[in-house]
Amino acid sequence: MLDYVWLIPLFPAIGFLINGLLGRRLGKGVVSVVGPAAIGLSFLTSILIFFELIGKPASERHFEKVIFDWVVSGSFQTVIGYQIDPLSILMALVVTGVSFFIHIYSVGYMHDDPGYTRYFTYLNLFVFMMLNLVLANNFLLMFVGWEGVGLCSYLLIGFWYEKDSAANAGKKAFVVNRVGDFGFILGMFLIFVNLGTLDFTDAFAKAGQLDTATVTAITLLLFVGACGKSAQIPLYVWLPDAMEGPTPVSSLIHAATMVTAGVYMVARCSVLYNMAPIAMAVVAIVGVATAIFTASIGFCQYDLKKILAYSTISQLGYMFLAVGVGAYSAGIFHLMTHAFFKGLLFLGAGSVMHALSGELDIRKMGALRSKIPITFGTFFIATLAIAGIPGLSGFFSKDEILWMAFSSPRGHFLLWMVAAIAAGMTAFYMFRALFMTFFGESRVDHHVAHHIHESPKIMTVPLMVLAFLSIVGGYVGVPHVLGGANHIHEFLAPVVGGGPEPGKAHAGFSILAQAWAAGGAQGGHSTALELFLMVLSVLIALTGIGIAYFLYLKNPILPKRLAEQYSGLYRLVANKYYVDELYQVLFVNSLKKLGMGLWKGFDEFIIDGTVNGIAYFIGWLSSLMRRMQTGFVQNYAVSMIVGGVILALYYIMRAFF
Amino acid sequence: MWVVPTIPPALYLILSGILFMIGVIGAITRRNAIVVFICIELMLNAVNLSFITFSRFLQSIDGVIFAFFVMAVAAAEAAVGLAIFVMLYRSRETVNVDEVNLLKW
Repeated sequence: MLDYVWLIPLFPAIGFLINGLLGRRLGKGVVSVVGPAAIGLSFLTSILIFFELIGKPASERHFEKVIFDWVVSGSFQTVIGYQIDPLSILMALVVTGVSFFIHIYSVGYMHDDPGYTRYFTYLNLFVFMMLNLVLANNFLLMFVGWEGVGLCSYLLIGFWYEKDSAANAGKKAFVVNRVGDFGFILGMFLIFVNLGTLDFTDAFAKAGQLDTATVTAITLLLFVGACGKSAQIPLYVWLPDAMEGPTPVSSLIHAATMVTAGVYMVARCSVLYNMAPIAMAVVAIVGVATAIFTASIGFCQYDLKKILAYSTISQLGYMFLAVGVGAYSAGIFHLMTHAFFKGLLFLGAGSVMHALSGELDIRKMGALRSKIPITFGTFFIATLAIAGIPGLSGFFSKDEILWMAFSSPRGHFLLWMVAAIAAGMTAFYMFRALFMTFFGESRVDHHVAHHIHESPKIMTVPLMVLAFLSIVGGYVGVPHVLGGANHIHEFLAPVVGGGPEPGKAHAGFSILAQAWAAGGAQGGHSTALELFLMVLSVLIALTGIGIAYFLYLKNPILPKRLAEQYSGLYRLVANKYYVDELYQVLFVNSLKKLGMGLWKGFDEFIIDGTVNGIAYFIGWLSSLMRRMQTGFVQNYAVSMIVGGVILALYYIMRAFF
Repeated sequence: MWVVPTIPPALYLILSGILFMIGVIGAITRRNAIVVFICIELMLNAVNLSFITFSRFLQSIDGVIFAFFVMAVAAAEAAVGLAIFVMLYRSRETVNVDEVNLLKW
């Protein structure tokens, strides 16, 4: 079965071709079968391969299938090849599984859209590219997937391209991602120049040859790429705007799969990152800073999808914190649970929109609990999961990250503290959204209010499936202190290493280890401490929920008064810290000016001037020369004779002198 | 038996040169295309005369052969050239070369 790994990306590719080339002629019925079925088949293949892989001993869980030579040019050789190991098959399962349910949901959600066929074409292409990204056995093929998902993201954000805002959001996402991709490409160049290969297995085996400076440069450049794709500070600005796309797209691409590619990439390159302590510290700090920064923006947003978008960025920050402190399996674990509950939250938001004729402003919602009970129930479960309530998936993964941030030799007390506060903030803004949407008094517009309805089965069934996964998804990684077995950690260990053992810091880490040791955590933590921190983080989450309850259910007037009292602060946060405006001034405007200068000054004046100038000069010259062409045949005869005479004279002279 | 007086080759060549120059001057000064054409024939025949002269005095057959080539080319030229003049007259009602000057700037 492992030999058939290429089937996993093949099915979506076939679906893409059928939908893209024939979809219009085949009609909606066929498209709604082909789209989800293509993903379903590759989900099935992934499951079969997963079980075969599990059947093998841990050390043999690595398989590469080379399809064909791709680029063979001198010493540069790359293949199209897929790699199966615990990390990639887990990603493939998450991608195909979540995609499958979102495809089914989309059949209902997009049913009346005129671009139905185009939508499924893009969506299948996206899954194909995403699978290339996670299954590739070399950096170049991974980069193809990396760019491919970026393209699909652009196409799907701008899906309703008649709307200016959607078209602009697509462009913004594309341009911001270019910045990150540039770093990724440079990182790949550095790897090839120094190691002579882009193959994962080869490159990681040879990684020991690299000196610390080079490996730090490589990992930092790759992380720039991850920042772009996974929306981390300073390149996160595109993700909130990406909510202009259809909601299932936000769910699939901008919450569950594509944006986690950066985390996957860092985990995949764990060998390199482990050698670069400075880069690891940067990853952890950027991650935790993003987590708390964007969580705070979530406080003052009123657009349900925007809240979820900032929440996604914040959760991605957690994942980077995890991989940054060396807890790769915890990062991937959170990636997985996040795919379930955040995918579910977005689908729930889509279902709310469906019920309210497209309304997204949570100020115009309220009391929807009894009117759309299935949406409410599943949304509630997902909210509990993301808030970190014990027993749900989010609790296990988030707590694992918090504990690692504290106890890992690369962790630090401050990292833990900021992350824990951000967890409380997450609980607060998620419950704020939940309360304002489903509880309290109805603030729904009159003309919308009387036809609020629950979504059809085709949409609610995926919600229920994802809700189920949001609950049980965490039980693959129950921490040891709670008497569980951390399966996911053991499963991923052959790829990403056993994770940081307390007290066993990497040799290259010594510089930072000393600096951080003052407040940092060193080995020998007791289980009591771990339990204590766990209880503490639950308490923080409950506090966040409590505040949200107090502010938005008990005293609904209070938030407004608070906003008036601290109007400066409120405006700062509500305007997203003016980061977009800052970027506009710093980068966009200056780049526009540079572009205008190059256009008017360089292109039009120098380049066009040179080209046109030469043409004018030649024209002027030939206007003189053409006078020789009189058209009188005898003039031509004269010039022939003159020429003959001159030649004759020349030979005569030569004969005599 | 009367003896043919030997004419020195220089005289033949001088005659040839005079005929050639008459041809040249005629070709570049006359307006009537047919006269121009005749002048060109004159130049060709002047050259033929030189060929024959050299052939005789150098005891070589090459010059004679070349003279035949020139005659053949001249005959072909006459056929083509006269045909062109006929067509020219039909379209422009003139065979004056200074009135046919379309091929210019």
